[in-house]
Amino acid sequence: MLAAVNISQLHKQFGNLHAVSGLDFEIPKGSFFGLLGPNGAGKSTLINIMAGLVRASSGSVSIMGYDVRHNWRQARQSLGVVPQELVVDPFFTVSEMLRLQAGYFGCKSSAWIEELLDILNLTDKANTNLHELSGGMKRRVLIAQALVHKPDVVVLDEPTAGVDVELRQVLWKFIKQLHQNGHTIVLTTHYLEEAEALCDKLAIIDNGKLVALDTKTALLARASDRFLCLNLNNSDISHLPHLIKSKVESFIDNQLVLRLDKAQDEIGSILESLLAVNIRFSDLHIKEASLEDVFISLTGKEKA
Amino acid sequence: MNWYGLYTLFGKEVWRFVKVGVQTILTPVITVLLYLLVFGSVLEEHVQVYPGISYIAFLVPGLIMMSVIQNAFSNSSSSLFQSKMTGSIVFMLLPPLSSGEFYLAFVGASVVRGLLVGLGVWVAALLFVTLPIYSFSILLIFAILGSGVLGALGVIASVWADKWDHISAFQNFAILPLTFLSGVFYRIENLPEFWEQLSYYNPFFYMIDGFRYGFFGISEVDVSISLMIVSVFFVVVSLICLWLLHIGYKIRN
Ligand SMILES: Nc1ncnc2c1ncn2[C@@H]1O[C@H](COP(=O)(O)OP(=O)(O)OP(=O)(O)O)[C@@H](O)[C@H]1O
Ligand SMILES: [Mg+2]
Repeated sequence: MLAAVNISQLHKQFGNLHAVSGLDFEIPKGSFFGLLGPNGAGKSTLINIMAGLVRASSGSVSIMGYDVRHNWRQARQSLGVVPQELVVDPFFTVSEMLRLQAGYFGCKSSAWIEELLDILNLTDKANTNLHELSGGMKRRVLIAQALVHKPDVVVLDEPTAGVDVELRQVLWKFIKQLHQNGHTIVLTTHYLEEAEALCDKLAIIDNGKLVALDTKTALLARASDRFLCLNLNNSDISHLPHLIKSKVESFIDNQLVLRLDKAQDEIGSILESLLAVNIRFSDLHIKEASLEDVFISLTGKEKA
Repeated sequence: MNWYGLYTLFGKEVWRFVKVGVQTILTPVITVLLYLLVFGSVLEEHVQVYPGISYIAFLVPGLIMMSVIQNAFSNSSSSLFQSKMTGSIVFMLLPPLSSGEFYLAFVGASVVRGLLVGLGVWVAALLFVTLPIYSFSILLIFAILGSGVLGALGVIASVWADKWDHISAFQNFAILPLTFLSGVFYRIENLPEFWEQLSYYNPFFYMIDGFRYGFFGISEVDVSISLMIVSVFFVVVSLICLWLLHIGYKIRN
C-alpha cells in the first residue's frame, strides 16, 4: 500500500547546522502518527519540507505519492498544515480568512467552512477580526485553515502547546474524529502522555536523525524497566539491603519507588527481602514504563 | 493553472487596499492636489514647456503617472512585506499557487490600485484643468506598464527586505529620486546638458513622457521608443521578480 508520507534520504542544512540528517521512513495511510523529539530535533523543519515551505538540501518527500518538488500542486493539495507559531493575518475576520484560504486551494463551497466553524466552536467569532482573538481561538482558526480543502494528510505541529485543559480535550476529540474519518494524522507534541493516548505509531527524532520508529505498543514494550511503588509504614529506610538500595528511584512521603529490570528482578523475591529486614508496607502497585521513560532512555534528554 | 486560487489571491490583494481606501486612494489624491496648488500656481508663469500648453496642463499627467507608480509600488510592497513580518505569508505559501500565479495576483492588484489612484487624481485635477485626450489606449498602456513595473519592484523589495527600513530605503533612495528626476515637473530638454543626458538613462522618464503623449500627442522622445523601453523594463523587472519567487529567495527557507 502506498504510504501517506514517504521520506527518503532527507537532509537539510542551515549553514553548518544539520537540522535534518538522513531521515528515511514512511508514514502509513490512515495512521495517527506521532513525531516526537526534543527542542531543535528537526521536527518543524521536516514538516516545513513536507509543506514546501523549506527546500531540502537533498533527498525527497512525497505526500500521497506526489513528490513535493515535482508534483507540488497535488502534494500541497493533499496536505493540511497547522503551523507551530500562532500566526494570523490581522486584516481579516475569521470567516473571511477561511474563505480566502479555501479559495487558494480552489475550493468554492462554503458549507464545509460553516461546518468547520461549528465543530471548532468558532461560529460566534466568525465575524471577529483575527487579531482580537485569544491564543486558543487563534489556534482553532489555524486548525480550521489547515482543513478548508479536506486534505488527506493533516499535520499538526504542537497544536496543544499553551492550550488550556478544556480546549485540549476539545482538540483531542476533534483530531480523533478526523482520524476516524480517514485522514492520516501527523502530530508533534512535547506532552508525551498526549502522544501515548492518541498515536498508534511513533517516530522519535533527535539531532535530525531517527532514533526510533515503531508502533506505540512495541515502543512501550522496549522499556526494560518498570516501577514498584510501596507505601511504607515507616519512614526509616536506612537498613535497606544493599541490593535494593541500588534500585531506589525515589522516596517521598513514605512512598518508596523501586526501578526494576523486567527481565531480571523478581517481584516476589524483592518483597521477601524487604520483609526480611522488617520493612512493612500498607499498599503497593506496579507502574509500567511510560512513553516518557522510553523517550528519555532513547534521547538521553529529560524533556521531550 | 490554479485559476480560482489566483482569482482569490488577486481579490484578496484588491480587497485589502479597498478596505482602507481613505488611506490608499484618497490620501494620494489629496497629496497631488497640494502639489498642483503649490507648484501649479507658483510656477505657472515661470516654466515654459510646450508651446500652446499651459504649465499646469503639462504638470497634471506627470503627477498622475507619479501617483500611479508610487501607489503601485506601495501596494505590493506593504502588503507582501507585512505578511512576511507577521508570518501570515505561510497561508499563501502552503496552497498550490505557483510563483507565476503569485506574481500575477500581487502585480495585478498593484495595477488596479495604480489605475484607481490615477483616475482619482485625474478627476480631482479637473478642478484646475481639463486635459485633452489624444489617445486613450496610449494612456492606458503606459499606466498599466508603469504600475506593473512598480508592482513587480514592490514584490522584489519586500522579498529582499528584512525590516521596514529596507522598504523605505528602496522607496526613498531609488523610486522617489527616479520619479522626481524623470520630467514630472519640467521638460528634460530645459535641463543642463549633463542632466538631460543622464535623464535618458532613467526608465521612469519614458513612462512619464509616453503617458503625457497620450494626452497631448507630443513628447520629448518618439512614443514608440518610450513604449519599447518601458516594455523591456517591465519584462526585465518581471523576470527578476518571477525568478526570485521561483527560487523562493528568503521566503521559502
Ligand atoms: N530558517 C532556519 N535557519 C537556520 N536554522 C534553522 C532554521 N529553522 C530551523 N533551524 C534550526 O534547525 C534546528 C531544528 O529546528 P526545528 O525547528 O526543526 O526543531 P523542532 O524539532 O521543531 O524543535 P521544537 O520542538 O523546539 O519546535 C534547530 O537547531 C534550529 O535552530
Ligand atoms: Mg518545532
